[in-house]
Amino acid sequence: MSKQLKTRREKILYNCRKATLLIERKHEVELTPRERMELELHLAGCYICRVYEQQSILMNGLMSKIFKAARVEPRLDDAFKDEIKKRIKGRIIRGI
Amino acid sequence: MHSEPIVDTAVNPGKHQSDPEKWVDLHSDFLFSYAYSRINDEELARDLVQETFLAALEKPGAFRGESSERTWLTAIIKYKVIDVYRKKARAFTTKEGYGMPADDEDFFDPELNNWKKEHWPEPFVCKGTDPLEDKEFMDILQKCLQKLPSLWMSVFRLKHMDDEKTEDICKALRLSASNYWVIIHRAKVNLRSCLQKNWI
Repeated sequence: MSKQLKTRREKILYNCRKATLLIERKHEVELTPRERMELELHLAGCYICRVYEQQSILMNGLMSKIFKAARVEPRLDDAFKDEIKKRIKGRIIRGI
Repeated sequence: MHSEPIVDTAVNPGKHQSDPEKWVDLHSDFLFSYAYSRINDEELARDLVQETFLAALEKPGAFRGESSERTWLTAIIKYKVIDVYRKKARAFTTKEGYGMPADDEDFFDPELNNWKKEHWPEPFVCKGTDPLEDKEFMDILQKCLQKLPSLWMSVFRLKHMDDEKTEDICKALRLSASNYWVIIHRAKVNLRSCLQKNWI
């Protein structure tokens, strides 16, 4: 199992950990020309990471949608609001 | 673009432009849902609303009618929300740096760095055409998100809810850029795997 990856080219070809990290960075920042090349080289030969890239983009879209969706949430009750109003009023009076 | 102050000073001579006695009626529901949707803790969200009003009272001079009263109050509560994120983040960073859950599994071979066979990503097969429209798929993602450690969630909330820039997220949560990328990467790989496991 302990296969030695000797050349730089071999290293990126098999390094899915690095490739997927580059995929994540690519969504947000511009990769260096070398990183871009390495990622392209990796993806050309790695079907699994190509699937990952598609799904990663999909998940970003889904998360934006989920986080921005209006949700039904608990509301503030009137007793709590009255309590804050009282405190605000108290501070204003003391302030004057 | 300059907008007029929302309170007409001519009508309220001598007063600053914001009337604190109206704040609760005008803004408390909005501020509460702002905080609640970001920290998911009802009690804490209520506290933050109250603290926001009290903090605003302390510095009425800070409101100059340049932005709306609501924008001003939202900026205050936003700072308080980030403070909550930061406190949670600190609890993690002292331990292992990235807020990893204890049972976090490595999806990649430690030596070769390629995917472990049991974690190979497979295409999601959606019954409908568009996963974005698939409610069941969204529900599963929602559940998978809830399993993430709180620091990772804070990063995603700032990123996707507030569209914050990477450098601002790092600053807010006091993360180095490389920590940030490790977190994004780990979180996405985890989420993807959780989706695959639960989506059949």
